[in-house]
Amino acid sequence: MTAVLLDRRVLLCAGGAVLVSGVSSLLSPAYARGVEPTRTMRGGANNYLPGAPIVDRIGGGGFWMTGTVRRAGDGAPLAGQRIQIWAHTTEGHERDPHSHGATLTDANGVFRLEMPQIVPAFGQPHGHLAYDSGEYETVFLRPVMRSSKDTSLEAHFVLQPV
Amino acid sequence: MRLARAVMIWATLALAVVVPILAAAASPLLAWREPVYIAAGFAGIVALAFVLIQPLLIVGHLPGLSAFRGRRIHRWVGSALVLVVVLHVAGLWITSPPDVVDALLFVSPTPFSAWGVTAMWAVLAVALLAAFRRRLRLRPRTWRIGHLSLALAIVVGSVVHAMLIEGTMEFVSKTVLCALVIAAFMKAIVELGAKLKPLRRYR
Repeated sequence: MTAVLLDRRVLLCAGGAVLVSGVSSLLSPAYARGVEPTRTMRGGANNYLPGAPIVDRIGGGGFWMTGTVRRAGDGAPLAGQRIQIWAHTTEGHERDPHSHGATLTDANGVFRLEMPQIVPAFGQPHGHLAYDSGEYETVFLRPVMRSSKDTSLEAHFVLQPV
Repeated sequence: MRLARAVMIWATLALAVVVPILAAAASPLLAWREPVYIAAGFAGIVALAFVLIQPLLIVGHLPGLSAFRGRRIHRWVGSALVLVVVLHVAGLWITSPPDVVDALLFVSPTPFSAWGVTAMWAVLAVALLAAFRRRLRLRPRTWRIGHLSLALAIVVGSVVHAMLIEGTMEFVSKTVLCALVIAAFMKAIVELGAKLKPLRRYR
């Protein structure tokens, strides 16, 4: 036979849980409606050079930076959005203008830009991406590669309308 | 027998310092870095080597060096440590100012930065403490506890900093150097700590 124990501890825990879930749902109705915007990462804007040109490829290529751009809330893919990309690669430092380039998202909100191989710099193999076109809030990302031997890296944007 | 032991100790120390530097000099990453960035990296490796040498000098475990000479060299190496740490940070600053500003403000995305910056402040603090030791009229016990506490921050900060970085240092030689840094420091703590104990009687 199983005894159902309803002591003070159980009642307090259950009551607390009900209270927390009830109050929090009242406090954050805005977040309940769907996809939350991506927040700028620490160090994401480091060595950013505004106005990187739209290019077919940065330098000689061989490495792929890919990702998606969606709208906050409904998560709809955003076409034609300009994403700027830069990194320390086999062909130049983050600060070199020729290490910077930009590309546009396609009809599905997907972007793909070929660039030189990213190599570890300042302790981590990482890339930088920026959305800074004004229609949505500016976002800077700084994804880190799982291994410095990887030949691709992805980063995803969810943008908040201004 | 004593000679053999002396040769072995010095040879081990030389290998522990030279091998990581040579291994880093063979790093493929160097091909894609500017001279200033490369120099900054090597300044960091030399700093780590100095952190290994310091406790050995002060405890007097290096054969052929009297306690007095060991102490004098300890002061010189300490000054050199400040210099290479400054060169390390300055070189990185020239290479990428925003990354170094983030690190110094403890808002860097890389976890190793805070450890390195903490070790840097401890190096500067320990140097100031040593420079003003007489003027501050520190009691020997206060001095020793202060110096050893800062040394602990330097050792832990430098080792964690170095191990978390994916840079020009080769993994095995870096790990061995870091292990020796910790071992040398622990040995010094044990021996200097033993000297601290009798002082307690006078309190």
